[in-house]
Amino acid sequence: MSNYPAVEKLPNKDRMKIGRHQIPEQDPNIRRANFKEVNLGYTIQMAQEEAQRCLMCANPPCVQGCPVHVQIPTFIEQIREGNIAEAAKILKTDNALPAVCGRVCPQEEQCEMVCVLAKKFKPVAIGNLERFAADWERENIGIQVPEIKTKTSKKVAIIGGGPAGLSCAGDLIQMGHDVTVYEALHEIGGVLVYGIPEFRLPKSIVKAEVEALQSAGVKFEKNFVVGLTATLDELMEDYDATFLGVGAGLPYFMNIPGEEYNGVYSANEYLTRVNLMKAYEFGQNDTPLVEIKDKVVAVIGGGNTAMDGVRTSLRMGAKRGLIIYRRSESEMPARKEEIHHAKQEGVEFMFLTSPIEYIGDEKGKLVAMKVQKMELGEPDASGRRKPVAIPGAIEEIPIDVAVVAIGNGSNPIITRATPEIKTNKWGNILVDKDTMKTSKKGVFAGGDIVTGGATVILAMGAGRTAAKYINEYLSNPDFVWEW
Amino acid sequence: MNKIIEAKFIGPNVKLFKVEAPRIAQKRKAGQFIMLRVHDKGERIPLTIADSDANEGWIEIIAQGVGKTTKLLNMLEAGDYIHDLVGPLGKASHIENFGTAVSIGGGVGTAIAYPIAKALKESGNHVISIIGGRSKEFVILEDEISKFSDEVYPTTDDGSYGYHGFVTDKLKELIDSGKKIDFVLAIGPIPMMEAISKLTKPYGIHTVVSLNSIMVDGTGMCGGCRAIVDGKTVFVCVDGPEFDAHKVDFKVLKNRNNTYIPEEKESLHDFECHMDRAYNELVKHEIN
Repeated sequence: MSNYPAVEKLPNKDRMKIGRHQIPEQDPNIRRANFKEVNLGYTIQMAQEEAQRCLMCANPPCVQGCPVHVQIPTFIEQIREGNIAEAAKILKTDNALPAVCGRVCPQEEQCEMVCVLAKKFKPVAIGNLERFAADWERENIGIQVPEIKTKTSKKVAIIGGGPAGLSCAGDLIQMGHDVTVYEALHEIGGVLVYGIPEFRLPKSIVKAEVEALQSAGVKFEKNFVVGLTATLDELMEDYDATFLGVGAGLPYFMNIPGEEYNGVYSANEYLTRVNLMKAYEFGQNDTPLVEIKDKVVAVIGGGNTAMDGVRTSLRMGAKRGLIIYRRSESEMPARKEEIHHAKQEGVEFMFLTSPIEYIGDEKGKLVAMKVQKMELGEPDASGRRKPVAIPGAIEEIPIDVAVVAIGNGSNPIITRATPEIKTNKWGNILVDKDTMKTSKKGVFAGGDIVTGGATVILAMGAGRTAAKYINEYLSNPDFVWEW
Repeated sequence: MNKIIEAKFIGPNVKLFKVEAPRIAQKRKAGQFIMLRVHDKGERIPLTIADSDANEGWIEIIAQGVGKTTKLLNMLEAGDYIHDLVGPLGKASHIENFGTAVSIGGGVGTAIAYPIAKALKESGNHVISIIGGRSKEFVILEDEISKFSDEVYPTTDDGSYGYHGFVTDKLKELIDSGKKIDFVLAIGPIPMMEAISKLTKPYGIHTVVSLNSIMVDGTGMCGGCRAIVDGKTVFVCVDGPEFDAHKVDFKVLKNRNNTYIPEEKESLHDFECHMDRAYNELVKHEIN
């Protein structure tokens, strides 16, 4: 049953004439002062016209480009047909969190990058369509919970309620297993609730998608730190398999003088205070942040987390929001969309600049930052040109707050308590890349604890792969656990 | 949510809670802490586990009401619930038979020293406890600590009870009397821990302090609790909370713990002006 009249299918050459539909956004001058979502989403007309652009490739490269292999042309066709509920249903067979992914996936590097249209025109706006279908379902008919096949008698514990764990849980529950997610914090979602800001991913959406998993039967245990509240071995007495998706953890600092001054934050702490603990509503919520209003905030780093930090600062009333990045714009790892949004909102970018010291007052409060100007030299191991210090080019910039967004190391809690799980020298858990199994029988792992800081969708992809092989491990007595 | 089994004031503004937490009670070791929230818009604060009973499934925490969160917490009574409670966090104390161990607690710090003194006694140490307070009513847990100490010396700044003077004065007296001291544990206000550290350093007495940094998650994710120990950055929540006192940069610790003083004042002022509202929110939550 259609929700809307279908839009008639045009011949391919006519479809190619339709331009890509920009997603409506809040005005930059208004949004830089509020925490409401920046992107507003398509109308049904826009969504159906955008869906019309899809060429319905017989062998769609976009599906291969998606880490969780969403059946992209199939769901897009349903949008064009006006069958939005069906589109959402198709999405959810491969993706437990479509409204989240429609918002935060780097589609331009994945599905949309390989879109056939992208060779001559702009790719189909797959992310925007995914978001549209998921939002439409949630807002109009409520998230529909897929029917669950026959229940098995197997129990799986998922450690960590972030993107990797949630996608793994979503698949395993559909396979009929009994699934419990253990989360250290008081809320489910991991980086989706503590890291990614409200203006990019409203927390109500995460909550709704988590609740949908709950109504599908997934159990959640919050305030439970595996490795401390109970060891992994103790948990395994009650479960047939476990998945470790505990995320990255310990934030990196640069180990330069003055990082202990008040006003120097890790991006994790800064964003957690604002997002999870809602410091932007201090007064109604009890967790503070140092005064940001009319202050100068410098965010160190060039990734999405850095963009989140600096744009959060503007919304907290900062006079200036600076990005301090040691390479040039073209090497920035942040999504183009995020950089573009940050620029629109008035973020100042200082490229080829690297902090070398923080300066504080007698009370230990940050007042300035010494930076070294850089130039690009030969390519380094990452293939990007390496920033090299220009001798003597040192400047001092008065700042009030610094947010260090240069990545995370691994959290030691689980591996400290379970040393037989093999890790690399950075503490990341070693897995068999095909199956996500670890060196400990019955234990799978995926997401940032394996890869180091990466993206939501890669973590979800790992969670899905793990779910597939956990299912295999639970149902096939001949499953080989070689290491 | 965790149910409070027993709640009683044991000093001015200092309240002891026995809380249902069977899993934590089974796992916790001396020196570890929990993080809690008192309501769903509340801060996460760390509190050391003072005692526990694995069979009965409870832990004991002791809080001094100084800011909004601890004052709200201290409004809770037996039968009420703590909204969120997670633990046990941090590394357990390193306990061995050192020989003669002096456990020093200043004010509410005594609540943290107590479980460690107990563990020291249980591993065969000759335990000397010094319990300090501004005046008599601030000297807490004397009876409990006495059970696990070979010698107990309460001290008060004003001389209203026990030894007249600071805990450092008493420790110095013990050292000067020629007593061989192998290990000192000092927990209390930062100036006290710093003073003890300065005192024991020239004697080369191994001294340990437990740091009370500001934390958000308590599991290593945020780095807000970082301190400088031996010139290096450590995360108190996963690397500590106990460290070699002689290597701790107390000035940095003091400065960092003062980060939110303006916000804490604002929060406390607002709370004290609307105490009924805050209390109602709390009670409402227990009923739900």
